[in-house]
Amino acid sequence: MTQLALVIDLNVCVGCHACVTSCKQWNTSSGYAGALPDDNPYGADPSGVFFNRVQTYEVGTFPNTDTVHLPKSCLHCEDPPCVPVCPTGASHKREEDGIVLVNYDKCIGCKYCSWACPYGAREFDEHEKVMKKCTLCVDRIYDETIPEAERKPSCVIACPASARIFGDVHDPESEASKMIQKNNGFSLMPEHGTKPANQYLPRANNTGKE
Amino acid sequence: MHPAFSVIFLTTLIGVAQGLFTALMIGQTYELSESSLSFGNEFYMTGAILVLFFMGGGLIASFFHLGRPERAWRSATMWRTSWLSREVIAIPLFMFITFIYAYMQYTGSTTSSTLLVGLLGVIASFILFYCTGMIYACLPFLREWATPLTIVNFILFGTASGFSFAAFYAATSAPELIGVYASFAIVLTLMGWATRVWTLRRNAALKPKTTTQTAIGAQHPQVKQVSQGQMGGSYNTREFFHHKTAATVSKVKSAFLILAFPVPVVLLFLGMFTDSSFLLLLAFVTQYAGLVAERWYFFVQVNHPQNLYYQTIS
Repeated sequence: MTQLALVIDLNVCVGCHACVTSCKQWNTSSGYAGALPDDNPYGADPSGVFFNRVQTYEVGTFPNTDTVHLPKSCLHCEDPPCVPVCPTGASHKREEDGIVLVNYDKCIGCKYCSWACPYGAREFDEHEKVMKKCTLCVDRIYDETIPEAERKPSCVIACPASARIFGDVHDPESEASKMIQKNNGFSLMPEHGTKPANQYLPRANNTGKE
Repeated sequence: MHPAFSVIFLTTLIGVAQGLFTALMIGQTYELSESSLSFGNEFYMTGAILVLFFMGGGLIASFFHLGRPERAWRSATMWRTSWLSREVIAIPLFMFITFIYAYMQYTGSTTSSTLLVGLLGVIASFILFYCTGMIYACLPFLREWATPLTIVNFILFGTASGFSFAAFYAATSAPELIGVYASFAIVLTLMGWATRVWTLRRNAALKPKTTTQTAIGAQHPQVKQVSQGQMGGSYNTREFFHHKTAATVSKVKSAFLILAFPVPVVLLFLGMFTDSSFLLLLAFVTQYAGLVAERWYFFVQVNHPQNLYYQTIS
């Protein structure tokens, strides 16, 4: 069984937010997800729907601190808690590639799936009144009208540092799987047993000390 | 969590309805046991209509929670996995049985047949209590909810408020039942008080399983967020935070601990001995207001793990 996912190298991410803006651009214009609305974007209290965000953390005690940028989108969990709670079946995990999606025509906007996601990966669209989330650019990765090299999620293509690797994490020969193996890839909040498909590659010891 | 008033009114109103239906059946059983008593079909029929009235109020409130209420019918489809879907089936099932019960009382069906349908209604109402409770209790990482106490509390608060209302209803049309209903209401309210305090203590002792370390996979004990990646607000900063001060939350907690439990107990006690419909109505109204505050607190108390990702604007 295929499980498409992202592997994000925290050694490489520079926190530029190119993945955030390219995600917003693609998913607003592509048509699958409809527009990702922004309300009051230039006003005092802006608000908007995003599928991907880059957050920044300071790890360690001064002066030995690391600045860690953590890009976070839906992790396409192998055991997604957001799916069984959905009363309509709108929230689903695809058999063929493991992508977790929302059928926007079935969603009743009850928000229960967002409560059930410990990662806060889902965002409600106040204009279309349905729940939205990262689609792993499902409307792009299979599109045979674009060059094969570009059949990747928008965020992966946009990343100037190549911190994001897209692939089948169930295929041991994929680049994504190899990177996870080689670099001790880890999951966010492993304690909840959601088995996120997206993995992160930890910061290597770059202090010069062993 | 953000306390949504639609869900607060849904869960409290259907709780009253479910408790009231059970009270009607207790009344009917009591009537059978005392040969001198006869309350007449109209008492039960009107009572069942009041049950439907409370259920309808809850349903109307629930529709305000939905982004796409016109698609609500779809929510009955995933009953194999979703407690919300099961609740969506249990609500009309309970209402349908209540309607049949009211109709049978209207047409003057035999006591044994109305008792049988009534028993089915009580079973349906408890299935509904269980489904409603499980919607919250089944989410393991929302640890304030993930306890059987959530279901116990839903059952006790619902039945207590239903019996309080039944005591008032009896004062207007079947005074012989005031004592029975008020006694049940007092016992259920005291039990609910005990389990709510127990739940509060349990939740106060919870140690967070998820930390910023597990959320971002950092090993170091010192981790702080520098930026949440957005300057403005979003669904994540609205839905999962209550944006109320600790003082407000604490005041609401004190308010529900007084209004939902001891005050109605005293009023029910006084009402029972004076047969005063005013005092009994006051008991119900106070308790209902207290339970609305309780349900508000029920949402606000939850620390959603996703909040760890939204601690600092920049």
